[in-house]
Amino acid sequence: MITLNGEPAEGGGATVEQLLARLDVPGRGVAVAVDAEVVPKSEWASHVVPEGAHVEVVTAVQGG
Amino acid sequence: MSGPLQIAGRTFTSRLILGTGGFPSLDLLAAAIDATKTEMVTVALRRVDAASRDGLVGVLDEAGVQVLPNTAGCFTARDAVLTAKLAREAFETDWVKLEVIGDERTLLPDAPELLVAAEELIDDGFTVLPYTNDDPILAKRLEDAGCAAVMPLGSPIGSGMGIRNPYNIALIVEQARVPVILDAGVGTASDAALAMELGCDAILTASAISRAEDPVAMATAIRLATEAGHAARHAGRIPRRLYAEPSTQHAGLPSFG
Repeated sequence: MITLNGEPAEGGGATVEQLLARLDVPGRGVAVAVDAEVVPKSEWASHVVPEGAHVEVVTAVQGG
Repeated sequence: MSGPLQIAGRTFTSRLILGTGGFPSLDLLAAAIDATKTEMVTVALRRVDAASRDGLVGVLDEAGVQVLPNTAGCFTARDAVLTAKLAREAFETDWVKLEVIGDERTLLPDAPELLVAAEELIDDGFTVLPYTNDDPILAKRLEDAGCAAVMPLGSPIGSGMGIRNPYNIALIVEQARVPVILDAGVGTASDAALAMELGCDAILTASAISRAEDPVAMATAIRLATEAGHAARHAGRIPRRLYAEPSTQHAGLPSFG
């Protein structure tokens, strides 16, 4: 199990790209942190999310 | 004097930066961007959810404005730095409106955390525009750390209370060698005009426009006030006097016995 945007989820051992495919993610303007480290887009396909990881997937919202 | 606004080597024709928060619809946001003639707007980062495909990035692209990500909601330097790094990845910009908040009730900046975050981000190559207290000493420390501008508050975010300490804003302006952008507190057009008359280089506002009854009309009003205040500042106002100073000469005044 991992924590994906605050919710428990399956996915330890999956790549970032595989996790994103499960979420309804916008085509751009998205960034990912695994255990409080940013994973650059260029590494999404290869970066394996370890069991127990905290994953945050964020995008743009209106804000001052 | 005073050519166009320059921040970190980039030139801006508009002296109004629009926060995108609080607009009831993306259509109104687009119309307000148009009415402000702004060239830069802030956005925030939040977890993706069902609403994430609503097309905010598309609207901003269409408007041709530069995106300035903020770190709104961060209470520690650590969270703000990580949020800025996520924003750099998401928007391919190293510009950041740095907010490190100390208190939920006032949303006032946490000065020590702000300075730590600014230093760390500047070391990492970011162009940092910090939302700061109206404190001339902190503004100086942020400038010395390498911030590209300083953005003192007029009053708390969303309060619409205008500029509570014009004296401090004037002190910040007097000493700054980077642009001073009045950020937070603008409630209506006259607040923007006052900020510019005090010598600020630009205004950043969201709520005053987005939460106005007619956001597009207020966008126009605040744009005009920003331009008017800037023009007035550089026109050189008359000194304030305690007593009247006649504008008509005394000589030649007839006497009617």
